[in-house]
Amino acid sequence: MSGNGTHMAEPDDRGRFGDFGGRFVPEALMPACLELEAAFAEAWSDAEFVSEYHTVLKEFAGRPTPVTPLTRLGDHLGLRIFAKREDLAHTGSHKINNVIGQTLLTKRMGKRRVIAETGAGQHGVATATAAARLGLECTVFMGEVDTERQILNVFRMELLGSRVVPVTSGSRTLKDAVNEAMREWVTCVADTHYCIGSVMGPHPFPWMVREFQSIIGQEAARQLVDLGVGAPDIVIACVGGGSNAAGVFAGFANTPARLVGIEAAGGSAVGSGSPGVLHGMRSLLMQDEFGQIEEAHSISAGLDYPGIGPEHAYLAESGRAEYYAIGDEDVIPALRLLSEMEGIIPALETAHAVAWMAKEAGHAIPTGSTVLLNLSGRGDKDVAQVQAILRGEP
Amino acid sequence: MKSLERDLRALRDAGRKLLVPYFMGGLSENWTEYVQAAVLAGADAVEIGIPFSDPMMDGPVIQEAALRALARGTTLDSICDDLVRLDTTVPLIAMTYYNIVLHYGLERSAGKFSSSGIRGAIIPDLALEETEPWIAACDSSDVATVLLVAPSTPLERVARLAAVTQGFAYASARMAVTGRAEGGGEGERVVRSIRRTSDAPALIGIGIATADQAKQAADVSDGVIVGSALVQVILDGGLASDVEAFIRGFRGAIDG
Repeated sequence: MSGNGTHMAEPDDRGRFGDFGGRFVPEALMPACLELEAAFAEAWSDAEFVSEYHTVLKEFAGRPTPVTPLTRLGDHLGLRIFAKREDLAHTGSHKINNVIGQTLLTKRMGKRRVIAETGAGQHGVATATAAARLGLECTVFMGEVDTERQILNVFRMELLGSRVVPVTSGSRTLKDAVNEAMREWVTCVADTHYCIGSVMGPHPFPWMVREFQSIIGQEAARQLVDLGVGAPDIVIACVGGGSNAAGVFAGFANTPARLVGIEAAGGSAVGSGSPGVLHGMRSLLMQDEFGQIEEAHSISAGLDYPGIGPEHAYLAESGRAEYYAIGDEDVIPALRLLSEMEGIIPALETAHAVAWMAKEAGHAIPTGSTVLLNLSGRGDKDVAQVQAILRGEP
Repeated sequence: MKSLERDLRALRDAGRKLLVPYFMGGLSENWTEYVQAAVLAGADAVEIGIPFSDPMMDGPVIQEAALRALARGTTLDSICDDLVRLDTTVPLIAMTYYNIVLHYGLERSAGKFSSSGIRGAIIPDLALEETEPWIAACDSSDVATVLLVAPSTPLERVARLAAVTQGFAYASARMAVTGRAEGGGEGERVVRSIRRTSDAPALIGIGIATADQAKQAADVSDGVIVGSALVQVILDGGLASDVEAFIRGFRGAIDG
């Protein structure tokens, strides 16, 4: 998993990555966090559990996902681009990797129910899917604004037998869905696991979710070698909470590759945030001068989050990874570019990473560089929204 | 020993059941009049909420109060400045979230609290393992750090919480956020678990909405905390006299 002095090692015994992370939760939840930490550490070192996790990823989620050379786009941008195809994983994004791990762990801990928060609905759908597979009861909290933006994902979760609870407090988006899921968890912690969807929240979640997502980077590193490419010069991923980025970075953190995370300009915790405590973690947050959390605004519901996973805050501070922001206006052109040149419609979240790559080719990314793009999700969920935007509808 | 604990112990040892109401600071222009009314009606200490945008431990009533207070431009400073004008010797206890004091500066918060009559702080998202910087920041001031004990807390951990808490031990009666469930629930069991290793006052909160519930909880503890039910009175347009009547009802019940 990790060694001393290496990048993306295990957090310390208080769950810290440098100054970031930790565990800032009400006492009522502390026993559950401690229990989860012990259960995950035990399971993750149990060859049988790890083997079951890999088997389910293979037989149910369709792993390994391929690495696809993006030749036409590469020629167009003067780069050598390879895409790690998380869009081809079951349910259409990398989110399935984490929920398979967490639902297997839920069973192992003897709990019968999971709850989850979701923004775009990708994590909600993935959780509902994994819960259905294991016969776990599932309730998903989703900001009311997002239930309207992603109405088909709400229906998918319901088809999968889950209950979706629209969250009407605060900004009615992802941050409030997390608050509400935490509030719910307090009431049912004895028989319910909170299946957090990103590398955020109190320890052990940021570490555990990164571990469950690191399959992305491990596979990609191997596949690039098999393709005769070797190590990439640069690895690019979009970042909301940062789980797909953490997963792909984990495979290259101890290589010379540059690691680049792309935030939405309206949800840019590294670019415009400062250290603070929210949702159980100390990390970088968008907040005002009094420590009140600001609302994120992004074209993509999945990046509409005012914070970032604590390990990313640490990677940014230590300089091991770089983070940049892309505005809404660059996202649709990037989505069209990838669609038209490569026959892949990316999720709006993923399109942020495509946009930065297209913008910086020949600038921040030297011409001729070998790029690994983490294609974190497919765009099917977003086509109605994209259509409305292209038609100039509000 | 911080003065909050000294005072509450003295009252407890004199046979009095402690009554601690909660108010949201800055909820309205005249919010300190509600605090004054509660003191007049027999409150032994008063919790003052300092609003946070994302109150993870609070249900809809306190959330609504926090939003309203924030919309008025309420800050830690504005609340403390309002409190300076309050004429009372009853101890005040700030209830807020860690990001608020972290952002203001830990030592600076403790100093500001001290100079405003605030003698304790309840920070529900500051877990035992993370309390050290805050407690150290309060070292040179008379601000006590009050920790919660939950129904889910194992006995071994209760002992550690009881050893660190100052002022009193806050026994949660319910596995719930504020204002969502009613009744003393597991309060009695939590108080018993605290008393195994600590003789600090143990007060029951979370789930105390009526005078009857307060009476039952006070009978098995050193007193009660009432928050959402009281804040609801104010959100519904209640006057200081309504707050006074509410507190007198609780006072009468727990003294009876």
